[in-house]
Amino acid sequence: MAASAEGAAAPASLLEAVELTKRFGALVANDHVSLSIRAGETHALLGENGAGKSTLVKMMCGLLQPDSGELLYEGAPIVFPDPASSRTRGVGVVFQHFALFDAMTVVENVALGLPGHEPLSALAARIDDCVQRYGLTVEPWRRVGELSVGERQRVEIVRCLLGNPRVLILDEPTSVLTPDESESLFRTVDLLTSEGRAVLFISHKLDEVRRLCHRATVLRGGKFIAEVDPKQETASSLARLMVGAEVPRTPRLVTHEMGEPRLLVRNLTVAGDGSRGSALHDINLEIRAGEIVGIAGVAGNGQTALFEALSGEAPGDPESVVIDTVPAGGLGPTERRALRAGFVPEERLGHAAAPDMPLSDNVLLTTHGDGGIVSHGVVRHSPLKRYFQGIVKGFDVRFGGKDPKARRLSGGNLQKFVIGREVLRDPVLIVVDQPTWGVDAAAAAFIRTTLRERAAKGCAVLVISQDLDELLEFTDRIAVMSEGRLTPPVPVAETSREAIGLAMGGMHGHGAEGGSHAA
Amino acid sequence: MPLKFERQENVSALRLAAAPLLALVFTLIVGAIMFVALGHDPIRAFSIYFIQPLGDVYTLQELVVKACPLLIIGVGLAFCYRANRWNIGAEGQYVAGAVLGSWLALATNGGEAGPWVLPAMLVLGALGGALWGLIPAFLRVRFGASEILTSLMLVYVAQLGLDYLVRGPWRDPAGFNFPQSVTFDPVAVMPLLMEEGRLHAGIIIALIAVAVATFVLGRTLTGFSIELAGTAPRAAAFAGFDEKRVTYGVFAVSGALAGLAGIIEVAGPIGNLQPTISPGYGFTAIIAAMLGRLHPVGILVASLVLALTYIGGEAAQISMRLPFDVTRVFQGTLLIAILAADVLVRYRLRRVEGTSHA
Ligand SMILES: Nc1ncnc2c1ncn2[C@@H]1O[C@H](COP(=O)(O)OP(=O)(O)OP(=O)(O)O)[C@@H](O)[C@H]1O
Ligand SMILES: [Mg+2]
Repeated sequence: MAASAEGAAAPASLLEAVELTKRFGALVANDHVSLSIRAGETHALLGENGAGKSTLVKMMCGLLQPDSGELLYEGAPIVFPDPASSRTRGVGVVFQHFALFDAMTVVENVALGLPGHEPLSALAARIDDCVQRYGLTVEPWRRVGELSVGERQRVEIVRCLLGNPRVLILDEPTSVLTPDESESLFRTVDLLTSEGRAVLFISHKLDEVRRLCHRATVLRGGKFIAEVDPKQETASSLARLMVGAEVPRTPRLVTHEMGEPRLLVRNLTVAGDGSRGSALHDINLEIRAGEIVGIAGVAGNGQTALFEALSGEAPGDPESVVIDTVPAGGLGPTERRALRAGFVPEERLGHAAAPDMPLSDNVLLTTHGDGGIVSHGVVRHSPLKRYFQGIVKGFDVRFGGKDPKARRLSGGNLQKFVIGREVLRDPVLIVVDQPTWGVDAAAAAFIRTTLRERAAKGCAVLVISQDLDELLEFTDRIAVMSEGRLTPPVPVAETSREAIGLAMGGMHGHGAEGGSHAA
Repeated sequence: MPLKFERQENVSALRLAAAPLLALVFTLIVGAIMFVALGHDPIRAFSIYFIQPLGDVYTLQELVVKACPLLIIGVGLAFCYRANRWNIGAEGQYVAGAVLGSWLALATNGGEAGPWVLPAMLVLGALGGALWGLIPAFLRVRFGASEILTSLMLVYVAQLGLDYLVRGPWRDPAGFNFPQSVTFDPVAVMPLLMEEGRLHAGIIIALIAVAVATFVLGRTLTGFSIELAGTAPRAAAFAGFDEKRVTYGVFAVSGALAGLAGIIEVAGPIGNLQPTISPGYGFTAIIAAMLGRLHPVGILVASLVLALTYIGGEAAQISMRLPFDVTRVFQGTLLIAILAADVLVRYRLRRVEGTSHA
């Protein structure tokens, strides 16, 4: 409970938004939204994808300017013309989409966000310190371009903590963290609030919110709906507030026939050239039609290298990857898609989608080889629009305007788009990295159900995820990736969180690198 | 108090379109200041520079003739720049095309060659430019060398090569030792479009280039892959577009078009090979490409504007004794202005408070 905070007469509000409104063209992303973050409290911001959470956060730190309404800092009106000025006042934000420079090292990126000129080596030492204290693994001298999304998330959090913020705003920090890492983060958050700081926490994982947060503000369609005490609510009552209607439960697993092997990975080894995470050591895997296999593991243990070896972005030995009986290890992405394989990378902005291109053009990224949309090298607009509409309708992708740039979509909606783009291609093999990163509970359930349905129709599905609960919920077998090695997949029924957590920490007897185990 | 650029979230299309106009206005203001500083009446100077050339048919024709190479080269550069590959060496590719195309004209000179000579020269010109353009592409793909530097350095190699040829092996023996080749045969010369003036068939080629490029860049998968490689390289790799192929492709296209412009110029208005076959068209075309927003139709308009500075510069040289360098200053100012306008439209300038701690 918030006993300590309640003890003081009325906890001072550190940062307060009063009736903030933000329009993007005809779309009202925030409609007179008020929210106050108090010292010593963790405040949750809840809402469906596109409800306006990130927009509110951006206005509270000066990245966006509100059309009307004002901000109060310690009770006094304040205008943050830009994020730098809010940072100097002690407002630290971890954004949903990262703002790191790929070409620079972690420590250089951190240095950019801090005032003054600190020698890099001293800063690296401070990062290591922070890592020790909060249990979030970050290697200061790695190039950010090599890091997976989960690792980048840790970098962003550490960078923010080093700024010693009084108000810490976390926009969906846990969506790409493993349970252990999330635990470390929660301990950190508790530590910070006990020191009288304030935290604003955005997450679609309602159980986390109920454990961690003292108060919760719910947005729906850009409007303030309610402020509640999440500890008094149930996950389903919160979800009802967010959606405005009853949330459908994820249907239980339906068992179905397994067919031919659709994906065979044989002795896949990728040399460690230092790029894109760990190297891969002798990976073997078989996925049959109708089967969903999950790969669990702490980000940065070779998942990205595995994805790129499978998608054809990093082709290798032809025999190492066999798709539908065709040796495909040497083929590029387009040729692999021609074998009716579909791929969804974890990073949606910049990898799965081109941020500055219209969403409809982004359809072309993975469909240009399928025929229909492109004929004789010419892009045909009406089939493209039809396919685009199909994704938007079928996957409930919401956005303002007719055809905005990919960058303009809320995180969860873009995720639905890139998943839908692949599923509608009707593939026989889908490889997806972090399928529900940042999507709300209903949409996550929808994506999982959709993948299940694909499997039932004879598609083989490989899911790489840091979200162990998700994997336990909807996969058939789970393998664990650690330091570039993959355990043999075991049926979900024969394993447990604990067993997987143990394997994640290092199956070769090395000590755990990502946080300590509470279990 | 330090200043800092910050990217703006929403930039309206209108403001982006306004950037080139803003740049033009700024250039005119700088021009006015320059004229005053040189002791000239700016109104009169502007009228000689920009108004009078539009007044008679002859100079209007000249305007189009000057715009032609800018347009052809600029359209090619749009391919490179959209792909985020910075070919600065179009001038060298222009020279390389002119040299290779002229080789055929000189080899068949005085013979009985038929009307196939000119088309073959155009093909060779494009080929020469493409090959020259592929060198920086190769250096970038193979060794990671900056194409900006290598393409620029190859300009000087090409120019010196041309210089050697017209002073040495290709010099006209009956030319009183002037460094130039023999005058091309009629079959090796671009046909004129009108009885009078210098309007030649190259204009038609340029317009075809605009139409084809508009189609390719706007409607085809190739155009899409170029755009994608330029704005989101990782997404392009994921989509299955090989970045090496894009690099080679755009350099080949822009080199070929620059080479084509070179041979058209030599076989058209000039009529023989000389050391001075270009008043910097390859560089000015960079400005045309940027001013035209990398869109072929925009580049068409921009080429006409820049051609005007050439014509006006020549007029001012004669009637006001202004050095031709004034034209260069205009063009340079325009480039800087357009680049600055772009930044100012997309970003906003902010003051940041000095170092402070929470
Ligand atoms: N820069 C922008 N231009 C136009 N529309 C925008 C822009 N930024 C956000 N939007 C729109 O505003 C709405 C709210 O977006 P926001 O990112 O705040 O949602 P969110 O609650 O953070 O969702 P998610 O859970 O998916 O991250 C969305 O419909 C989005 O498309
Ligand atoms: Mg968001």
